Amino acid sequence: MTTLLATAAAPTIHVPHVDYLSILPMLIMLGGALLLMLVSSLFKRIMDVRAGTVAAVVVSLAALVAALVQWDHVATHGPSVTIAGAIAYDGFDVFIQVTVSIAMLLTALVGDGYLRREGIEGPEYLVLAMVSASGAMMMGAANDLIVVFLGLEILSIALYVLAAFNHKRAESGEAALKYFVLGGFSSAVFLYGIALTYGATGTTNLVQIANYLSRNIIVHNGVLLGGLALLLVGFGFKVAAVPFHMWSPDVYEGSPSPVAGFMAAVAKAGAFAALLRIFVTSFPTVRVDWQPVVWILALLSLVLGAVVALNQRDVKRMMAYSSINHVGFILLGVEACTARGVSASLYYLFTYMFLVIGSFAVISVVAGPGDTRSQLTDYRGLAKRQPLLALAFVVLLLGQAGAPFTTGFLAKLGVIEASVSVQGYGLATVAMASAAVAAFFYLRLAATMFSPVGASGDPLDGNLPDTAPTADGTTPAATDRADGSQPVVGLQVLTDAAPSAEVEARGPVPVPPLTAVAVGTCVAFSVVFGIIPGPVIDFAHQATLLLLR
Amino acid sequence: MSVSPGWYLGLSTVLFAIGTIGVLVRRNVLIMFMCVELMLNAANLAFVTFARTLHDIGGQVLVFFVLVVAAAEVVVGLGIVVAIFRRRASANADDLHLMKG
Repeated sequence: MTTLLATAAAPTIHVPHVDYLSILPMLIMLGGALLLMLVSSLFKRIMDVRAGTVAAVVVSLAALVAALVQWDHVATHGPSVTIAGAIAYDGFDVFIQVTVSIAMLLTALVGDGYLRREGIEGPEYLVLAMVSASGAMMMGAANDLIVVFLGLEILSIALYVLAAFNHKRAESGEAALKYFVLGGFSSAVFLYGIALTYGATGTTNLVQIANYLSRNIIVHNGVLLGGLALLLVGFGFKVAAVPFHMWSPDVYEGSPSPVAGFMAAVAKAGAFAALLRIFVTSFPTVRVDWQPVVWILALLSLVLGAVVALNQRDVKRMMAYSSINHVGFILLGVEACTARGVSASLYYLFTYMFLVIGSFAVISVVAGPGDTRSQLTDYRGLAKRQPLLALAFVVLLLGQAGAPFTTGFLAKLGVIEASVSVQGYGLATVAMASAAVAAFFYLRLAATMFSPVGASGDPLDGNLPDTAPTADGTTPAATDRADGSQPVVGLQVLTDAAPSAEVEARGPVPVPPLTAVAVGTCVAFSVVFGIIPGPVIDFAHQATLLLLR
Repeated sequence: MSVSPGWYLGLSTVLFAIGTIGVLVRRNVLIMFMCVELMLNAANLAFVTFARTLHDIGGQVLVFFVLVVAAAEVVVGLGIVVAIFRRRASANADDLHLMKG
């Protein structure tokens, strides 16, 4: 009898207790996406683009409210792990949930105008974006390397499809394929990194890895070092840090503009959340091994992002290089490997999310039907045609440049302070210099908007190397507009490619009301919290204090 | 006679290297996909080997997650290839050069 009981008891599977509150925003986002898909296929008549947008906004708001409820719980009960230690339920996690929920909300608003203009039916855009957002949330909450991997894949696979979303544009499919091949490659590298880390520490649980490493002194363990290196390469690809950034300009240029904004905000939030949690909380004991690598990634991203952006004639490509520059800044906070660094990085991610989604919303509006007009010349005279739109874009660009009285300034200040507080003077100096260089191309775009349509040359164009833009002559968009004539090499083609009469005739581009709401929100956030910085900085600070260690 | 885990790890490393080189060198998109799959399966082999040496069932469970993810990835990837293939009859990565700068 006893043996019978013993054999019967042996295969019992212990199902872990699931604390649903700890994953509620993720569940709402994913469940909302599935429900929207189902309802849209059942009631095709009623579910037009607007109804889908309303549904996505409601789901995002619900996820945001759930995240705030979580915040209340974490603030009173402190950080904990749930679901058999696979999910971290702490302030850091809630911060990412809030960031991603708001990003999804804004993306749904921007997407509404885009989908109507392009005449794309069906809820797939929103469904994929919501699934992708739930992946980013999972990365923020993951306390186990394999959960990080699952979150990464949920995030990425949906994004591959979103990149290909505009099937009328050949660039869109090309962008998706490039993103897919390099994304799949980086995921495989990342996975091998997990395997090696597992082999070296005997676990994939982040807290247990930290415990193992603090109990055992490992000096130059090849397997662990290999694992760390591969994990960093995988993250480097995902956040587009130099030298793993090659895909990002092409993907940003080819993807639909609202998707590019979503990609920049959400994919970076998710990947940086996991990067911060893994390296700062699990591998602090071996930081002498990984800090130099992150230092180099940060340095290269800061320099290359700012310098190459100067040569870009396509505003979306310019934004891609500018986002590489921003990655360098956020890596500054990672490299510091302190609570201050984490808090500064979180603040940077949160504020950058508003700036980049707002910027891409404006780019999407200006790009017009077909999402093609994103050359620098297309922005000439925008201030005269549409002063409000131009003003909003100028504020967002100044925010990205880090002008005072915007959140961008405080974000840059925060990460530089964090770097200085650990004696990282060299990197901090490079960061400040690169911010100054980056300010140049943001201001050039702003100045272009205020220059008259007929003027020959951008106001600041004199400083550009002549060879830079020749590649643009080969793109179909540029040859279209080259007045039927041969594309001219050199400055002429850049500055006078768009015949002024055509731009004049185009007149103001219509700004969809919901996009206006989204852009207004982004601008208002960036200015108001740039002047009254307290609440958001406190939020990031509290989130870091409540970080599970 | 049993094969020591070191050999399996060596094999996994070799497979991973072949996959990596394949993605970087080959220009046919389908072969690049296959190389990514090779890399994922190299990781699987490493997981199983480590699970064996560590006497931990966790590593073997991870392989199932990876298999599912790999399948999902291929579905999406082939979908994108088909979408591009319809536009132009080529699966060569070098033909994709609309964007430069």
